[in-house]
Amino acid sequence: MTAELLEQELHAYVDGTLPEARRLEVETWLATHPADAARVQAWTGQNQSLHAAFDAVLNEPLPLSLVRATRRPNMTMPFKTLTAMLAMLVTGLLGYAIGLGSSGLAPAAPAYLARDAAIAHAVFSPEARHPVEVDAAHADHLVAWLSKRVGTQLQAPDFSAQGFELLGGRLLSGETGPVAQFMYQDGIERRVTLYVRRAAAGNQETAFRHATENGVDVFYWIDGDFGYALSGQIGRQAIQRLADAAYQQLVTASAKP
Amino acid sequence: MRARPDLIEHLPRLRRYARALTGDVNRADDLVQDTLERALAKLDLWQPGSDLRAWLFTLMHNLFVNQIRLRRPQETVMEDALDVPVSGGQMEALAARDIHEALARLPEEQREVLLLVGLEQFGYSEAAQVLGVPMGTVMSRLSRARERMRQMLAGEPAIKLKVVK
Repeated sequence: MTAELLEQELHAYVDGTLPEARRLEVETWLATHPADAARVQAWTGQNQSLHAAFDAVLNEPLPLSLVRATRRPNMTMPFKTLTAMLAMLVTGLLGYAIGLGSSGLAPAAPAYLARDAAIAHAVFSPEARHPVEVDAAHADHLVAWLSKRVGTQLQAPDFSAQGFELLGGRLLSGETGPVAQFMYQDGIERRVTLYVRRAAAGNQETAFRHATENGVDVFYWIDGDFGYALSGQIGRQAIQRLADAAYQQLVTASAKP
Repeated sequence: MRARPDLIEHLPRLRRYARALTGDVNRADDLVQDTLERALAKLDLWQPGSDLRAWLFTLMHNLFVNQIRLRRPQETVMEDALDVPVSGGQMEALAARDIHEALARLPEEQREVLLLVGLEQFGYSEAAQVLGVPMGTVMSRLSRARERMRQMLAGEPAIKLKVVK
C-alpha cells in the first residue's frame, strides 16, 4: 500500500465512503499504527465539531428575504413584470372565488401541508450523520419533548412490520407554529419522514390525499386540529402502506380515553 | 416553458455552508442571497436531471472567490506561502480556542474543501466539480486542512497551561 493511497483511504475512512471490505482492512491497519489512528480520530472529531457548531443553522426559521429570493421572477422588462403581477392577482382572486364557492374556507390549505412536508423531507433525509435532533434511543424523551412543543400528545407510529425503524425526530418551525418531524429508516437506509403540525384554522378532516412534490411522494391527511404528512421516495405504494399503518395507529390511539 | 425547480429546499444547507465559510451571519445570508439571484438569472443553463444542489454550491463558490479577490487583491497568490509546514516554535501561535477560530484561520481554499466534505457531505469528486479543480487537488487541500486544524486545535492556549499554585 503506497503512502499516498493510504492517506486518501484514511480520509475516505473518516468520511465513511470506503467499501465495507476496505474499511475493515483500514481498521486492521489502524490497530497497529497509532500515529495514523490518532490522525483519524482527530479528523473524525473535526467533522463532529463542524456539525455541532453549524447544524443549528438548519433549524433556524428562514429569513423572509431569502425565501422571496427563491421566488423572484427573473424578468427585466417592466412590462413583463406588470403582466406577471396582474396574472398573480387574477389567479389569486380566482383561487379565492373558488374557495368561497366550495366551502368558504381557505382554499387548498392542505396542499401546503404536503409541500412543506416534502421540503422538510428533502432537507433532512439526506443528512448522513445528523438526520435527527434527538435519536430513537431516547424515544420517550423525544415524543414527550415534541408533544410539549407542538401542543398535543404525539405518538411515533411503529413501522417495524413494514421494515422501518424509528431513527429519531426533530422540531421545525412552520407557518402555523412548531412542527414535529419523525424520521424512519429501513434495512437499506431508505428514509421516510412523518411531519405533524397544527392545521390551519378552518381545515376540515380529509381523507388520504396523495401529492408528488419534486419527486417526493407525500400522503397527507387532517385529523382534528392536526395535519399529518408522510413523505418518502420509496415508491407510491410503499408510502401508502406506511401511511395506512400510521393512520390506523394514530386513530386507534386518539380513540382511547 | 419547462417547470422551474424549487430552490427553497436547498436554502437551509446553503445557509449552513455560507455561515461556516464566512463565520458571520449577515455576510453568510448576503452570500446566499447573491447565490439565489445568480441561480434564478442562470437557471436556463442548469441541466435538468443533474444535481441542483451541487450547481448551487458551485455558484456560491464562484461568488465567494470573487468577493475574496475584491477584498484582498494583493493576497490571492499567497496560498503556497500559507502552506509552509509548521515548526514546533510556531505551534503556540497557531493554537485556536475553538472550531470557529480554527476555521477562520484556514486559507479559504482549504476551508472550502473541509466544509464541503466534512460538513456538507459532498463526495470528493463532487467537491472537485463544485470547486472546478481536479480531484487530486481536493485531496491535497483536504489533507492540509485537516492537519492544520489538528495542529491548531491540539495547541493548548497558554492560559490553560498555568498550574494553580
